[in-house]
Amino acid sequence: MSEEGMNPRRRRLLVITSGLGVVGTVFALTPFVKSMLPSARAKAAGAPVEVDISKIEPGQLLTVEWRGQPVWILNRTPAMLKELTEDTSLLADPNSTVTSQQPKYAQNLARSIKPEYLVLVGICTHLGCSPSPRLVAGAASGLGDNWPGGFFCPCHGSKFDLAGRVFKNVPAPINLRVPPYSYLSDTRILIGVDQKEKGAA
Amino acid sequence: MQKLLAWIDDRFPLTKVWEEHLSKYYAPKNFNFWYYFGSLALLILVMQIFTGIFLTMNYKPDTNLAFASVEFIMRDVDWGWLIRYLHSTGASFFFIVVYLHMFRGLLYGSYRNPRELLWLIGVVIYVALMAEAFMGYLLPWGNMSYWGAQVIINLASAIPVVGNGLSEWIRGDFVVSDATLNRFFAFHVIAVPLILVALVFVHIVALHKVGSNNPDGVEIKKKKGPDGIPLDGIPFHPYYTVKDIVGVTVFLIIFCAVVFFAPELKGWFLEADNFVPANVLQTPPDIKPLWYFTPFYSILRANTHAFFGIEAKLWGVIFMGLAIVALFFLPWLDRSPAKSIRYRGWMYKTALTIFVASFLLLGYLGVKKPDDIDFILFKNVYWAQIGTILYFAFFVLMPWYSKYDKTKPVPERVTWK
Amino acid sequence: MKKILLVFLFAIAPLATFAAEEGPRLDHVNIDLHDKPSLQRGARIFVNYCLSCHSASYMRYNRMGHDLGISDELVKENLLFAANKTGDLMKAVMPSDDAKAWFGVAPPDLSDEARYRGPDWIYTYLRSFYRDPNAISGWNNLVFPHVAMPNVLYEWQGEQRAVFKNENGIEVFERFELDKPGTMSPADYDKAMRDLVNFMVYLAEPAKLVRYQIGVYVLVFLAVFLVFAYLLKKEYWKDVH
Repeated sequence: MSEEGMNPRRRRLLVITSGLGVVGTVFALTPFVKSMLPSARAKAAGAPVEVDISKIEPGQLLTVEWRGQPVWILNRTPAMLKELTEDTSLLADPNSTVTSQQPKYAQNLARSIKPEYLVLVGICTHLGCSPSPRLVAGAASGLGDNWPGGFFCPCHGSKFDLAGRVFKNVPAPINLRVPPYSYLSDTRILIGVDQKEKGAA
Repeated sequence: MQKLLAWIDDRFPLTKVWEEHLSKYYAPKNFNFWYYFGSLALLILVMQIFTGIFLTMNYKPDTNLAFASVEFIMRDVDWGWLIRYLHSTGASFFFIVVYLHMFRGLLYGSYRNPRELLWLIGVVIYVALMAEAFMGYLLPWGNMSYWGAQVIINLASAIPVVGNGLSEWIRGDFVVSDATLNRFFAFHVIAVPLILVALVFVHIVALHKVGSNNPDGVEIKKKKGPDGIPLDGIPFHPYYTVKDIVGVTVFLIIFCAVVFFAPELKGWFLEADNFVPANVLQTPPDIKPLWYFTPFYSILRANTHAFFGIEAKLWGVIFMGLAIVALFFLPWLDRSPAKSIRYRGWMYKTALTIFVASFLLLGYLGVKKPDDIDFILFKNVYWAQIGTILYFAFFVLMPWYSKYDKTKPVPERVTWK
Repeated sequence: MKKILLVFLFAIAPLATFAAEEGPRLDHVNIDLHDKPSLQRGARIFVNYCLSCHSASYMRYNRMGHDLGISDELVKENLLFAANKTGDLMKAVMPSDDAKAWFGVAPPDLSDEARYRGPDWIYTYLRSFYRDPNAISGWNNLVFPHVAMPNVLYEWQGEQRAVFKNENGIEVFERFELDKPGTMSPADYDKAMRDLVNFMVYLAEPAKLVRYQIGVYVLVFLAVFLVFAYLLKKEYWKDVH
């Protein structure tokens, strides 16, 4: 489109029409772009999961599915909780400074709302395998006498403690993720909805 | 910017193509209303492909999942309902635009020398478009989808000797089934669109080689100025690009009015019977194809008698096929010295009027039951037979009436409308 | 050109005289999707009476709640049947295999029924059940003869009988007679059925709530664009004329 000597009226009309055309095109393309966002079905499938924790024995691990991923709920015994305060020199991020890995209310020593119940997304932060629980401390878990109890990923050998904190010198870079969750009552947890922030996810 | 253009031009004929086909492609300056429909057809082709891609993101070509996947698009996918309506309304508008585009050819003799090949390519595009629409309609797997496909594929079985085998080969099964649905999906989504795009490309190349016709039927290349530019020509860009934008806008207003306010168009664009899933045990009582196929459906049903040992069903298929094949012969049937209807006599004008009336009549009867009386006096099937004869008469008698028609002298330069 | 137009008009004139539809006359129902209270009442009837046998398996509870202005809690308390989460699809309570065994035919999914039959048909159907000792369920329907569905809402409507008169050897429907009145007056029952059909029209196409409005914006924008596009065209074509 040559613009030499285009009279001002022509240029003005061209600019306005082109401008409107661009605006119209953006409006027209928006529904298409939006249609690629998660559909109502995806959102429903990703909806929060309610879990009854009253039947979990101390020391027992329950696995549920949320958003296609395994979520662990561990009823930690006092002995397990004691392990958490002992030797943290082996841990890469003992104070959970990487904020993407837990909600604010889980940024504490036990990485949970109530210290007895640990809620973790059971996916290794290395490449996505699901680690195996090795909850018993000591030689019985097959990871040496000094094993404090925790989780061991079979794929590449990453290790996590009983709060999901990652060990140093393993392939996984960061702690296991704590999902958003909240207590509906003393016996029911809602995974997928933050504490204090009620309402459909 | 100029440097970038020079860099590209050294490696790709960008400026050359731009000039040859847009800024220095000279089109007749007297294009009228009938000349909008080519660019509109191209617009709709692009829109159907674009909306089709987004539909394919969520559609599932499995008989157990197809109907539900369309519901999913309509309800659960954000804006899915709009994408679906654009595509279904677009299909119907595609045929409206294409029929008007073809009618322009009949009005102004656009199929005449040297544009015979252009016309032939166009008829092939029309056939491909019909195939595309037919296969697309099976995909929602509604009850009308299923039975419409069942009936039309069974037509192939009317062909002697190879018929049954042919029908089975098309279906991939003994009845329309999952195999049929899946292959129609493959054809509708990739095979025929590729063919259509290639054909449209070839169609435009053929057009640009000989140049466009115009409402006066005058060859503008015969009168060139000292610079070699046709005296009655204007560069396509910017004059027709800017005019076509107006055409596109008017079209979009009408189109969007339908999409947003009446996408079903009372059952003409989206049939009520297709809102229930395919039921192999129950044919819809009012089975009929979508409106753009109804004239040919009428011709099919109009054949009720056996002749010369050939059963009526086969005659129906033959005549339905001939109705489309006749279009291919048009450039050679027309013997008139004048191309455009503006300079032709009463015979052609009458013939064309009757042709259009018969096409519309056949189309109307295609949605009605053959034994009812919906027009005047006679049963519908008799009117369909009359319509069929009139339809073919336009072609069969053309060598005669086009030759003997009294034409007006054709001017040397184009006239203003 | 003018001749062509004339013939065209002549050819389509008979379209105006559409042949009368077969079957019984349908009563017209006033659909208004802006009447949210009506849609809510209809939703309640649907969930309480229809969802036991019929599914609406393409609609989600929370979508219905959102569109009809019913909060998630209220949906959970009042409308959640045979489902645990509001994001679930509205499936029938009765398993379809059992329904097929008991009724002879599986009750159809009603998600798109209003688009398939049309609102007038459904409205007339719901009010056209009559007592028929020859029918298996004891009920027949004028709009859908020998339907397998019984009159689920007979407590509201009461029990009516169909009176036929003999016209040239054919039994022609004359009127209904209300033998036993129900808990609702005929006028109230009609209103309730209107609410239910109103809801079913929404159910068949939830997008209907928004597409008219968006359409207006689109057309207004295009009209404005047309003005400028036309002026631009006229400006350029000054060169040609």
